[in-house]
Amino acid sequence: MTATWVDACDVNDVDPEDVRRFDHGGRTYAVYRTAEDEVFATDGLCTHEKTHLAGGLVMDGIIECPKHNGRFDFRTGKAMGAPACIDLKTYPAKVENGRILVSLD
Amino acid sequence: MSTRRDYSLVGLDGERAQRNGLAGAQWYACQAPRRTLKELMQRTDGPAIRDTLLWFGLLGLSRTLGCLTWGTWLAVPCFLVYGVLYGSASDSRWHECGHGTAFKTHWMNQAVYQIACFMILREPTVWRWSHARHHTDTLVVGRDPEINVQRPPSVFKLLVNFFALKSGAETIGKLFVHAVGRVTAEEVTFIPETEGWKIAIVARVYLAIFTGVIAWCIWAGSILPAMLIGLPTFYGAFLAVFFSLTQHAGLAEDVLDHRLNSRTVYMNPMFRFVYWNMNYHVEHHMFPLVPYHALPKLHEAIKADCPPPYRGCLEAYREVLPALARQIRDPNHFIRRPTPTATPT
Repeated sequence: MTATWVDACDVNDVDPEDVRRFDHGGRTYAVYRTAEDEVFATDGLCTHEKTHLAGGLVMDGIIECPKHNGRFDFRTGKAMGAPACIDLKTYPAKVENGRILVSLD
Repeated sequence: MSTRRDYSLVGLDGERAQRNGLAGAQWYACQAPRRTLKELMQRTDGPAIRDTLLWFGLLGLSRTLGCLTWGTWLAVPCFLVYGVLYGSASDSRWHECGHGTAFKTHWMNQAVYQIACFMILREPTVWRWSHARHHTDTLVVGRDPEINVQRPPSVFKLLVNFFALKSGAETIGKLFVHAVGRVTAEEVTFIPETEGWKIAIVARVYLAIFTGVIAWCIWAGSILPAMLIGLPTFYGAFLAVFFSLTQHAGLAEDVLDHRLNSRTVYMNPMFRFVYWNMNYHVEHHMFPLVPYHALPKLHEAIKADCPPPYRGCLEAYREVLPALARQIRDPNHFIRRPTPTATPT
């Protein structure tokens, strides 16, 4: 089956080592750009108390929730400790023609 | 007509808060450019390593001088300093390291968090979750486990707690409950079941340490060991309580705007060292990812959209004390803070 890629934003809309919110189909996601210009995508809400992760801090492959500092590895979705106990869902992401594309299948 | 609120986390006000959408709600946040916030949120180890070395150094020095002068009046100022560093400075260290913002290096936050929790007698797992709820539902009655002045205020409880006699006695009682693998009905509402084993282990370790200190005192025929470990939580607590009453006391409950239920109070450099800038409390609650050393800059960035800060503890207490006195007669009374922009309803 061929993956369907959804246009999330321009790659320059996300600073290196930062995160941006992306809404699609009534759901909210977060797209990340690392210092090495790799891009990743996860669900947009923290699994602890549904805060938008886009207000958080990106640091060395980790997204920290802006409300309670729950930490996740956004490359794998793994929750890194209390109060984040449930892993984040991740989605394939890539850059094409300067746009960040996310596969939400 | 005055009504008595139910501050229990398993009572009617908690249910009411959930029904009214006050639990886990969206809070007002001042507008600040993303790049500014990102810069302010950046982690670094330097300031916290410097402050922690200074803290441990002063603890060691005051402890040594206290032991050397034990039995003379000179020991009193030594133990006063030691007690404040142990029983009051640990409050802010517990807090900042619990948020994971003090240091960049994760294990350093964890290590200082565990040490400071022991010093202030706050069980690390319980308080990690309790504080998460405090940030979710700040001063929402029946939801926030950390409302330190409930209406109507009890003068007796407030006064005895300057020496941690209420909070300390409650914690010691809970240690025995936790040590046998149980948690209270209120704790069940904010701590996941999977954390139970950590709570039990820490409670047993704390009880073992306190038993060891008591045995050491009996063996030495002196209270000196307890003056070094355990008792400073109580005799050194007064400054932390003095600071913490400025955070929320007398302000509005059940509002979704930290500008209305928290205070920012300017403090002198010595107080700010002990308190690790927690005096910028509106800013901390609104943007908890900003480390303590960046809070003054955050204050500058958003102060135009905040109520005027208090120019010192004296100014804050001039407002707090009459408000608490009035709340004894009228529990519905609270201080209304002016906000430059309206609070969304």
